Amino acid sequence: MSQEKLVEVKGLKQYFKAGRKSIVKAVDGLNFDIYKGETFGLVGESGCGKSTTGRTIIKLYDATDGEVLFKGENVQGKKSKQELKKFNRQMQMIFQDPYSSLNPRMTVMDIIAEGIDVHGLAKNEKDRKNKVYELLETVGLNKEHATRYPHEFSGGQRQRLGIARALAVDPEFIIADEPISALDVSIQAQVVNLLKKLQAEKKLTYLFIAHDLSMVKYISDRTGVMYAGKLVELADSDELYKNAVHPYTKSLLSAIPLPDPDYERNRKRISYDPTNHDSSEEPEFREIRPRHWVLCTSKEFEQYKQDLAK
Amino acid sequence: MENMLEVKNLKVSFDTHNGEVQAVRGVNFNLKKGETLAIVGESGSGKSVTTKALMRLLPKPHGYIKEGEILFEGMDLVKQSNKQMQKLRGKDISMIFQDPMTSLNPTMKVGNQIMESLIKHQKMSRGQAKKRAIELLHLVQIPNPELRVNQFPHQFSGGMRQRVVIAIALACNPKVLIADEPTTALDVTIQAEILDLMKDIQKEMDTSIIFITHDLGVVANVADRVAVMYAGKIVEIGSVDDVFYNPKHPYTWGLLGSMPTLDSEEAELFAIPGTPPDLLNPPEGDAFSSRNQFALEIDFKEEPPMFQVSETHFAATWLLHEYAPNIEPPASVKKRMRGIASTASGPKGDEQ
Repeated sequence: MSQEKLVEVKGLKQYFKAGRKSIVKAVDGLNFDIYKGETFGLVGESGCGKSTTGRTIIKLYDATDGEVLFKGENVQGKKSKQELKKFNRQMQMIFQDPYSSLNPRMTVMDIIAEGIDVHGLAKNEKDRKNKVYELLETVGLNKEHATRYPHEFSGGQRQRLGIARALAVDPEFIIADEPISALDVSIQAQVVNLLKKLQAEKKLTYLFIAHDLSMVKYISDRTGVMYAGKLVELADSDELYKNAVHPYTKSLLSAIPLPDPDYERNRKRISYDPTNHDSSEEPEFREIRPRHWVLCTSKEFEQYKQDLAK
Repeated sequence: MENMLEVKNLKVSFDTHNGEVQAVRGVNFNLKKGETLAIVGESGSGKSVTTKALMRLLPKPHGYIKEGEILFEGMDLVKQSNKQMQKLRGKDISMIFQDPMTSLNPTMKVGNQIMESLIKHQKMSRGQAKKRAIELLHLVQIPNPELRVNQFPHQFSGGMRQRVVIAIALACNPKVLIADEPTTALDVTIQAEILDLMKDIQKEMDTSIIFITHDLGVVANVADRVAVMYAGKIVEIGSVDDVFYNPKHPYTWGLLGSMPTLDSEEAELFAIPGTPPDLLNPPEGDAFSSRNQFALEIDFKEEPPMFQVSETHFAATWLLHEYAPNIEPPASVKKRMRGIASTASGPKGDEQ
């Protein structure tokens, strides 16, 4: 894998006002890079800020502080219409709910071609049609589907439409926000296999946001674990699952139910108590092993190191 | 063991504009005292409809029980009047729904919602009922129950609300508890807590549980026996070990194969191609045949009967017929089955 950085997230903060005085710190100081051609997984419980992170990276929200660099250029901050258009072509998003993310009054043809129209990618009507047909075939549907409306499709098929729409403008980077959570188990595997196939064919880079850790582990090269708006641990997926050091990651891993009755009978659940952390200093993001980062204080850092050595 | 519930050849249909949708097409199972039976399947497989029929909660007038018997302690629930069912619901058989956000009344204090069935079924006074409500909140591990009993649902988090729903369901010590995807809307860590809680309570009260879910991990955690449903029928049923370590039906293979494991490195997941059949016009033969890469010619013509694999294990697939060719599960599934079996064989051997 090349180590060229495609996306750099630096000190990203996204606060929301909740009522007159209180502020929700949905994302509170994130730092990570996404390399070209990799799949970066982001996991955490609902409310930990993982979706907000995705949405801020693609500039659906204006960041409170910090910056997001895409190919070295800042995404946040003021942009001319043209710059924004150029940026939007390179970065696309697949949403969680295939039922609410497709306009029910548009035909599949118009939904998929919307991006093509906006960016003027089709030479003429015939070219536009052919492009849509090709996209439909890429995602495992066929051209007869183009004249239909979203309600005529099943959940899995709709998610394929969402993927086709994202691919329409030939992006380099796709943010997939829980793309399979709303689908049935047997259909989940179909969609994940499709995403993997497309990545190999089109050299795509993914940010894969999910709460299903086993799926994230399967699809991601590297995985970051978020808790309360912060990354608490980041490592290559294998390393993270084998040698998790942060107590929150451990508790999350111990909570995943696996389809193995014997494992389940002997499972020991670890619960996480955020008040157990060393509070003598502000925790920092430190590299505990090459490419394996964890949020900890210097005292905890020494302890985690010892744990790992065992 | 004593059978709490016996379901015989249950058929449920819905009348729609386009005709009759045969949601459940002949389901047979029984539920023993103190056991957990998990029903798994995709959306539309009829698992929720089956349990709604058990409670006689099918939407009227479109949904109806076409055929079959539901025997609860020898009494056929299909034949009971609405009034009699009202006496049973919440007392002998109760239900936990998927979404704790919508199954609680937002305008009623949590305590009153728990007390409702106590006052109605057990003829308690308000004072007694409130005391019992506090005990129940304590049982489902809600801190400060004395204070919480007077609060409204919006003051509870999702996991806490599901605990309240469980407390309501347990209020009258039901003999049968039906849990319809009780943890699907919750985070994994909260899910693990709720599952542990349900198991503890079951041990204490000896309740029989029907647990509906599509998550095989959850099944492995809670179930004693598993029924796999597809297109309105049970295609495989057996003990949790039978179904996970020795699956016989190609659909079960597909379900197991489509979940990634945490320690393996498959290049591609084994996906079941296509989509479930339309139950408006159920296909001829085995409903799974069109998605089944191991389908035999007979699968498209005739429906397979239930074949007995072992004393506890049954599966409806022609592959088990004595004349059927010997077909092995797909390599990815098999590797995984063997992987699981080899890690499992150690401690199991010691016990026997």
